[in-house]
Amino acid sequence: MTETPPHRRRAHTTAHDLERYADLFAERTKVMRSSAMRDLMAITARPEVISLAGGLPDTSTFPPQSFAAQMTRIAQESSAQALQYGPTEGFEETKDCIVEVMGAEGMLPDPEDIIVTTGGQQAIDLVSKTLIDPGDPVICEAPTYPGAVPVFCSYQADVIQIECDSDGMRVDELESTLDRLAAEGRRPKFIYSVPSFQNPAGVTLSFERRRRLVELAREHEVLIAEDNPYGLLRYEGEPLPPLYQLDGGDYVIYLGTFSKILSPGIRLGWAVAPPPVLEKIVLGKQAADLCTSTLSQYFVREYFAEGRWRSYISSLVEIYRERRDAMLEALERHFPAQATWTRPEGGLFIWATLPPYIDTSDLLAKALGENVAFVPGQAAYVDGNGASSMRLNFSSLESNEIREGVRRIGKVVAEQVALYETLTHEPSGPATERSPEDSAADNVLPLRKRASGDG
Amino acid sequence: MRVAVLKGGRSLERGVSLRSGARVEDAAERLGHEVIPLDVGSDLVSRLSSERPDVAFIALHGPGGEDGTVQELLEILDIPYTGPGVAACVRCMDKMLAKHELRAVDVPTPDWVAFNDTAFRELGAADALEQIEGRLGFPLVVKPASQGSSLGVRFAAERSQVPAALVSAFSYDDRVLLERYVDGRELAVSVLGSDPLPIVEAIPRQGDRFDFEARYEIGRTQYVCPAQIDPASADLVQDAALRAYSVLGCSGFARVDLILGSEGPQVLEVNAVPGLTDTSLLPQAAEAAGLSFEQLVERVLDLATRRSRDTASLPG
Repeated sequence: MTETPPHRRRAHTTAHDLERYADLFAERTKVMRSSAMRDLMAITARPEVISLAGGLPDTSTFPPQSFAAQMTRIAQESSAQALQYGPTEGFEETKDCIVEVMGAEGMLPDPEDIIVTTGGQQAIDLVSKTLIDPGDPVICEAPTYPGAVPVFCSYQADVIQIECDSDGMRVDELESTLDRLAAEGRRPKFIYSVPSFQNPAGVTLSFERRRRLVELAREHEVLIAEDNPYGLLRYEGEPLPPLYQLDGGDYVIYLGTFSKILSPGIRLGWAVAPPPVLEKIVLGKQAADLCTSTLSQYFVREYFAEGRWRSYISSLVEIYRERRDAMLEALERHFPAQATWTRPEGGLFIWATLPPYIDTSDLLAKALGENVAFVPGQAAYVDGNGASSMRLNFSSLESNEIREGVRRIGKVVAEQVALYETLTHEPSGPATERSPEDSAADNVLPLRKRASGDG
Repeated sequence: MRVAVLKGGRSLERGVSLRSGARVEDAAERLGHEVIPLDVGSDLVSRLSSERPDVAFIALHGPGGEDGTVQELLEILDIPYTGPGVAACVRCMDKMLAKHELRAVDVPTPDWVAFNDTAFRELGAADALEQIEGRLGFPLVVKPASQGSSLGVRFAAERSQVPAALVSAFSYDDRVLLERYVDGRELAVSVLGSDPLPIVEAIPRQGDRFDFEARYEIGRTQYVCPAQIDPASADLVQDAALRAYSVLGCSGFARVDLILGSEGPQVLEVNAVPGLTDTSLLPQAAEAAGLSFEQLVERVLDLATRRSRDTASLPG
């Protein structure tokens, strides 16, 4: 029980006021929706909850002495500059660090093509702001990064999702979608993809599909927004070339971030775009926040100057690999035979799919009773699909907590499976990929829960 | 007065409760009370024992706060509290019990069947589903028996959808109701003391008919208060609400949710601690009756302390 510190709140609005404000909202705000899930997610923050819901990297192993030394150096040597505004595109020194990071994956961007952004999230927002008019088609994976959905929706894009399998986005399905749109006289502005260790599915786009995706973009003169936050976090297998490298940067806008290889707290990301597109992105950034945190950029500069960034990533890779393996083992052990899940070669997430009659938003309520949380799959779809899937994060907790969390989820899943079998008098068959046709749950009208109870 | 505002807690409705609580705190402060905000947790009893407030304003929603648990603790500590007493809270929270009580005195409520999961897991209740479906017809509504909000409420349009709807509802509670679906206008009557406030009607915007999320987002559901209802029907609605309030033993305040269909009003449920956020229905109804939020809070506090005095003066 905590006592709220004394503070003043403004006089409250009445219901009548709210109606009045509602008339003032822009069309794009009206389509922004809160959700029941958001209220449930608030509860996952309770300390006793084992949360596999977050997307947090582990920042606990970053050496505090090193952090302190770098910040001290900045204070002693560059105090005035570090506290000042900076250029909208970002400092040249920051871009040098970015070139180094991209070089580690075989890319050779021109620093002139780079803009430093406030986290990778702002890069997604700025690209959307630059390219999307209301009603424009935007193509992304199904499932897609849950944080991208509200961005596309806020610019009133017509979001079209392309199914993924274990080799990433179904590029054949993409092709037929592009053809269909072309026949309708509609041109998608861009294809948003997380090709490596996708969030949330954990799958990686195969080399063949990468090549074909880049070709398709050229043929249809459509941009690709390649979001690659996890590329350097590979735990097994051979690295694959980023789309940016395959394409040479003509049709690929590359989105990067320091969040997963250094710190999400410094809010530092970037975009690499063809010069005419970059110019507009810079104008958009100017309007949004003038420049990215100067202090954060100084920190990155100091950190890279130490030259230990590669070994730090190697240490993260060791940690995350062990945690991924712990989660995979626990899933094998505690999830019922009817469940399937992906086996990521890197990144932070595993995507598990349950029998179609289990709605994971409802399951989350039951799981919270066991003090464990995950992200319900619907968050990764714009059309209410994904209801029987969940995203599980393995980077932010230690292996023993991961095992316990998965055990608890497995327990509530097993209870629901047994209940369903009792209700239908039949053991449910072997798990299959969820498809709308065979899903009883799909026939139940979706999203029946209200955002928040009313007492 | 020293007013403890109980909010938050562990229920799924924690978020709403924090908003209700914050609003009550502000109002109580403006009324000149000394406010003690309490986000309820394992130290609730010790905090209340040391703070010794004159009255506790319960702004908790859902199991734990609305089901008689906190009310019982406050009884033991001899601290007056707002809203219905222990027994009324128990009856309101348990939709099955509430519906039995309503039906016993002929307050109309949609026909229903209720089961706990033991009935399905151990007693073969699944074999009775066909008869149940025959009796209730389609579409039918499946809901957890004791979830305060609409979390877990499902419509099943046909037989094949019932098992998944049950699995969803059982995620929130070990007892569920299957209820006949009544088509009609969605109404809420808040009762303050023993007086019904003006009727609120929730009118979902086009396409949001079955989307409960829409009820809680600005702009997606239109609330009309007072509802445009002919006087004769309005009387029937308020009468049904008052009877439901009284048969369940409510005092202080509560909100009665009804459907006005072709067969007249049908009571769906009674909320012992209705939402008090800026989009909630009770404050809207009070506003329509000319009561500001401060006046509403003052009246609710007054009812709480008065009930306590009345109880204390009882012999024995």
